[in-house]
Amino acid sequence: MECVFGLVGNGFAIVVADSSAVHSILVHKSNEDKIMLLDSHKLIAASGEPGDRVQFTEYIQKNVALYQFRNGIPLTTAAAANFTRGELATALRKNPYTVNILLAGYDKEAGPELYYIDYIATLHKLEKGAFGYGSYFSLSMMDRHYHSGMSLEEAIGLVDKCIMEIRSRLVVAPPNFVIKIVDKDGAREYAWRESVKDTPVPSA
Amino acid sequence: MSIFEYNGSALVAMVGKNCFAIASDRRLGVQLQTIATDFQRISKIHDKLFIGLSGLATDAQTLYQRLVFRHKLYQLREERDMKPETFASLVSAILYEKRFGPYFCQPVIAGLGDEDKPFICTMDSIGAKELAKDFVVAGTASESLYGACESMFKPDMEPEELFETISQALLSSVDRDCLSGWGGHVYVVTPIEVKERILKGRMD
Repeated sequence: MECVFGLVGNGFAIVVADSSAVHSILVHKSNEDKIMLLDSHKLIAASGEPGDRVQFTEYIQKNVALYQFRNGIPLTTAAAANFTRGELATALRKNPYTVNILLAGYDKEAGPELYYIDYIATLHKLEKGAFGYGSYFSLSMMDRHYHSGMSLEEAIGLVDKCIMEIRSRLVVAPPNFVIKIVDKDGAREYAWRESVKDTPVPSA
Repeated sequence: MSIFEYNGSALVAMVGKNCFAIASDRRLGVQLQTIATDFQRISKIHDKLFIGLSGLATDAQTLYQRLVFRHKLYQLREERDMKPETFASLVSAILYEKRFGPYFCQPVIAGLGDEDKPFICTMDSIGAKELAKDFVVAGTASESLYGACESMFKPDMEPEELFETISQALLSSVDRDCLSGWGGHVYVVTPIEVKERILKGRMD
């Protein structure tokens, strides 16, 4: 029931992920951050088996950092996406990772980009993409309301429409979502959309 | 659902008078859901050699990367481009290497060989070559494509008529297949130029 979706706007890319950490019928926590900062100008939103998700995205993050240390310049979004696909493809016939990824990034030359990387290492550059059961709702909402070069307000409006649709129509809909954005100023958290707040743990 | 039908594809290549045409659909799907409507299935190896890869998209991407690598090495060693017949044998050998763990792809190879004689062939996922003098087809819509091509094909067509024929054959066949479609991508190659055209068909 993990919902991940993203879209490209005018000079920025947004990715949204639900924040429930679920084990069978139990919700462990509902403020799990599934969108990782790959480097200053890249975001990786991942869904799938929790262990694989954290392990694989951290592996990609560290290798992207290593490239920057070795070569003095950061990878482009396309290069990072192809590297990620390569790792998934190599592991596919040995020890497959069950992680679906939306990689959003901003380059000076290419602008904002969004890459869809399946768990079986299908790579495709998209303007709008989604994974999970939520994709049935978010993709349809985006098909209806999305257009190229949306402003930030329009894009967040569309994101909220998608979240409302998922919340009202998906049977075991996740209550909380995190929205992250990447543009020329870098990758950062934009907002949370919470309908259930975790009770804070009293300190000892 | 078979693994060959996971992403959905339609490919066809036809021989004309000193020219050939190769066409594909543009849908990338994940079983019943459409992910993208601009997926490139046909890639250029060199100016007079094109390969289309139907079947599982991740294997098509991996196989394409391997083939480009092998062709670039060949170019460095031989200081010339590969002939289509040679390339077809290379693809066949690479596919048979994985005989007991194959790439789930069916390639369609089209090129201009010695004296610009058109060459087309297809093969199954383990490299069994099928040479033809008229047309070859692959993908989920292959049965419809066989019928459409058989009835529409005429030998020695000029490039413009060849383009019309292959386009009509492709569009009418993918309309009968739910897993392929969303337009078409046609390359018509003559000894002097390559014409790439996008077709608009039923977008469903």
